[in-house]
Amino acid sequence: MAKTNPHMTATHSLSHLPVKVIIQGHERNPGTALNLDWLEGINVNFSAVERRTATLLGRRTVKKEWQAAWLLKAVACMDLTTLSGDDTPGRVKRLCAKARHPLRDDMAAALGIEHLRLTTGAVCVYHEMVETAVKELEGTNIPVAAVAAGFPHGLSPLPQRLAEIKASVEAGAKEIDIVITRGHVLTGNWQALYDEVKAFREACGEAHLKSILATGELATLRNVAKASMVAMMAGSDFIKTSTGKESVNANLNVTMVMIRMIREFEEQTGYKVGYKPAGGIATAKDVMNYQFIMKEELGDAWLQPDLFRIGASSLLADIERQLEHYLTGRYSANNRHPVG
Amino acid sequence: MTAQSKVAEIFETMEYGPAPESAATVREWLEQHKSTFGHFINGQWQVPAKGKWFEAQNPATGEKLGRVSLGTKNDVDAAVKAARKAQKSWAALDGFELAKYLYAVARLIQKNSRLLAVLETLNNGKPIRETRDLDVSLAARHFYHHAGWAQIMDQEFPGYEAYGVVGQVIPWNFPFLMLAWKIAPALAAGNTVVLKPAEFTPLSAVLFAELCEEAGLPPGVINIVQGDGSTGAEIVKHPDINKIAFTGSTEVGRIIRTATAGSGKALTLELGGKSPTIVFENADLDSAVEGVVDGIWLNQGEVCCAGSRLLLQEGIAEKMVAKLKRRMEHLRVGSPLDKAIDMGAIVSQEQWNKIDGLVKKGVSEGAILVQPGKDACPAKGCFYPPTMLTNVQPASTVAQEEIFGPVVSVLTFRTPEEAVLLANNTRYGLAASIWSENINLALDIAPKLKAGVVWINSTNMFDAACGFGGYRESGFGREGGREGMYSYLKPTFIKSLPVYKDDRKKLSAAKHTPAAVEGLLNVIDRTAKLYIGGKQARPDGNYSLSITDKKGRLIGQVGEGNRKDIRNAVEAAKKAEGWSKSAHHLRGQILYYIAENLSARHDEFKKRLVQITGAPPAAAAKEVDESIRRLFTYAAWADKYDGDVHYPPARLVSVAMKESVGILGLVCPDEAPLLGFVSLFAPAMAMGNRAVMIPSEKYPLSATDFYQIFDTSDVPAGVVNIVTGDRASLTKTLAEHDEVDGIWYFGSDVSGSALVEKSSVGNLKRTWVNDGLMRNWFDRAQAEGEEFLRHAVEVKNVWIPYGE
Repeated sequence: MAKTNPHMTATHSLSHLPVKVIIQGHERNPGTALNLDWLEGINVNFSAVERRTATLLGRRTVKKEWQAAWLLKAVACMDLTTLSGDDTPGRVKRLCAKARHPLRDDMAAALGIEHLRLTTGAVCVYHEMVETAVKELEGTNIPVAAVAAGFPHGLSPLPQRLAEIKASVEAGAKEIDIVITRGHVLTGNWQALYDEVKAFREACGEAHLKSILATGELATLRNVAKASMVAMMAGSDFIKTSTGKESVNANLNVTMVMIRMIREFEEQTGYKVGYKPAGGIATAKDVMNYQFIMKEELGDAWLQPDLFRIGASSLLADIERQLEHYLTGRYSANNRHPVG
Repeated sequence: MTAQSKVAEIFETMEYGPAPESAATVREWLEQHKSTFGHFINGQWQVPAKGKWFEAQNPATGEKLGRVSLGTKNDVDAAVKAARKAQKSWAALDGFELAKYLYAVARLIQKNSRLLAVLETLNNGKPIRETRDLDVSLAARHFYHHAGWAQIMDQEFPGYEAYGVVGQVIPWNFPFLMLAWKIAPALAAGNTVVLKPAEFTPLSAVLFAELCEEAGLPPGVINIVQGDGSTGAEIVKHPDINKIAFTGSTEVGRIIRTATAGSGKALTLELGGKSPTIVFENADLDSAVEGVVDGIWLNQGEVCCAGSRLLLQEGIAEKMVAKLKRRMEHLRVGSPLDKAIDMGAIVSQEQWNKIDGLVKKGVSEGAILVQPGKDACPAKGCFYPPTMLTNVQPASTVAQEEIFGPVVSVLTFRTPEEAVLLANNTRYGLAASIWSENINLALDIAPKLKAGVVWINSTNMFDAACGFGGYRESGFGREGGREGMYSYLKPTFIKSLPVYKDDRKKLSAAKHTPAAVEGLLNVIDRTAKLYIGGKQARPDGNYSLSITDKKGRLIGQVGEGNRKDIRNAVEAAKKAEGWSKSAHHLRGQILYYIAENLSARHDEFKKRLVQITGAPPAAAAKEVDESIRRLFTYAAWADKYDGDVHYPPARLVSVAMKESVGILGLVCPDEAPLLGFVSLFAPAMAMGNRAVMIPSEKYPLSATDFYQIFDTSDVPAGVVNIVTGDRASLTKTLAEHDEVDGIWYFGSDVSGSALVEKSSVGNLKRTWVNDGLMRNWFDRAQAEGEEFLRHAVEVKNVWIPYGE
């Protein structure tokens, strides 16, 4: 971005796209052409990113009712997830029940938020569980997200990966969390990455595309930044850090880099893309750090579930305990809160 | 509204609420002191019954925190007396014993860190986040680090000892941290201390003194005298203080330099700055934005090394400004006790007015004002919003003057060369920050910047192991690391040096008479001119001076240089800039070559010395021998006086580069006219300086004979320039010259040192003077080695974070 002015106006680059889709107040990202000039200009300084995240955590905190409200918002942004080899319909039913009803009624009453009818942001499962989840969530606005495209490695044949996406959409998934081919990033094959994600996007149709970059396997923050940008150019609605299966999951440094790219993409195209960290976010304190970083770098719009999701399985239990502590002044225990 | 529905409301707005740090413990502490604070002298708290008082305030609220006794001459006298009494036994303590005291202080700082942080925030207005995460923790680190120096002093600084009693005057912007930076090295080196905190921020020093009591420091080792500028002046002029260390404005630094001139007091000054942040087009711009935030909005911009000039490469300037505008909207200004606040209060209304006045001036000169939206600042209290001035030109006031507030001036550049030009286009030289993902570029630029600290892809990082201090009018001396320790040590031989008597005879009244040089009439006249730019230059005034031997017989003539000749010599030295970048090996080779040529003409120089000084031939031969040997010494050192690599507690290295000072004025002694001359130019040259020399006034002929040696030894033109003539007037011109970076002065009574120090205030050049003491140029312990090399270099710490 240094030498040339890579400004591609929205009208220019997106003219081939027929319809503008509005989702919850912002227009869905239709993608752009692959612009290698943008990638050329991407610079990421690891140490400086690290310092920014480290000092940010010392600069921001929320207390008391603010903390309670922020944690409730985190629940609303949560993709309550189960992605295990031993998942069964019974397990998924339990999860869906928790998604519909994440807090004890007495706590919701005490917090004065009954009218919000708080649910999690989504439920995230393997394709085999989509049908069960859709059924269990009937009558709610909770979308079912399915992981697809050879999750978690992304190395099965392309037709198969596309078929997987289509099958999940057909089964009622409203969101598809795909994985990218990490090798395309590691070898700098941006065209292949773009084509792949674009194909996934087309396969999704109306369903939202969340692109998992598997940042723990991309080696450098610069790669993370470039992969983020290509995934957005190819039409991702969300970019997501991890499958939860890599040895390194979401962290604040990759978050910083990915959301700065989201900001850059918006500045260049006008389209807002969402962000989803996943893997290892297990405590209320963790999740608030993510919220701070979103608010500071991207602004309040990215604190809402249409642009911010948190992939988590055990986080909700910790949030429940923190909220109960806020209400009672006593530290709470897990067994006081229904499991999901 | 109930708390419950408030939760639902916040759920929608997602605002940050208040996150106040409790000040209850500090209030208790203030209460215990009945909000009345005195001096800490000789281990006693002295709260005078009468006398003048001043108020300690919370600038964020205007609340009065207490009244503080204003120190008088009597208080300073008592403190100095106590410090003097304590000093000998303090310095005599075993290193391990000293270390244990400093270690105890470090521990106590950590154990009371929150109390210190909250007190500092209350009194200064800076955010609790910074006092907690930066000021107090760095202060503790400083004491730990210097406990270490105390422990290994004997091994690491043999031949050095403490100055004695040190007077320290510190500023209000980092009251506690600056106290630590001053006191820790002073004590580690064996000095005792009289310290005056700033008038606006007296309180953390009180708590510190209490911690020293708790640590069991002997009475008199630390003395705190509270007060204002008048109290500081009493310290500066006190006759029984051996060294002054000051951090504050360049303006006051000049006053102190003038006041201490000729007093024999050592002096270090850490003064103002107008430090550049240079952002190249290949930088990580988002990270560079954070660099600007850390650079200018840390501590409300009230930082001597604040990155107050932002230099943007033209191609990315617009983009970077847009990013900064967006970022500024997210800065939270407010109660400094709130844990989620980025900027607190300006220290005083006076300072606020100064900032605002300069911003208005900038706008009136064409700058465009950028500040966040209307509610950026609390309506009440002394707050100033984060401010960016774009469309600033180098000629704008806001590009030149230190604002000392949260105001960054944005300028643009086209090429790396232009970036360097603009970065150095200032009287200051404290710090700089370079942003580029091209490490080749960054490491090329860093040495070209006139700054004591250069941060690559980072800003405002500090550590006790890395010296901090400035070039140019940002002061001299370093704080932290080995170089910082030297700021509190002097060679042990100094105290036994004999004192010069003012027996310098005026040259004979016949000095301008035409030559009738005995015995030389039948040879072709080779009257030396001046040596400027590698050539003999006729003196501007076209006068010559006659030089006589011991018996008053005319033995030769030299040009009588005047101020214009000094000017020309400095110009020539300026042009010889390439020498400062030359390979260290080459410098050594040329010094060897000089030695070789001097050796070849040994006999001639011996005879000359016999002739001019009347020395016995054996003594003259010894002087030539020793001169050759000295040249070898510095040829040896040329590629061995290396820099250091520091390892601060982070993933980075800090490279302490030893750079040449630049243009050095060298005023040579009369005794040992050849050896003294060689002893000064050789270390200066070895370290890459260019010299303007004033040789012995009495015995200049061995220096003028040296022209041919320089000519035949591949010394590049302008590296050594020699102006003969009236020592005092030439010295004054040289010391006043703003292009001269430093001056060494040897060979006269103390009036000469006073003249040099006084005349140096214009650009605050580094001065190294003899204080009227006579070195023995034949004694290698006094006349060569690291002490000379140290004065021939500036240490620049380049911080290089790494990681991918």
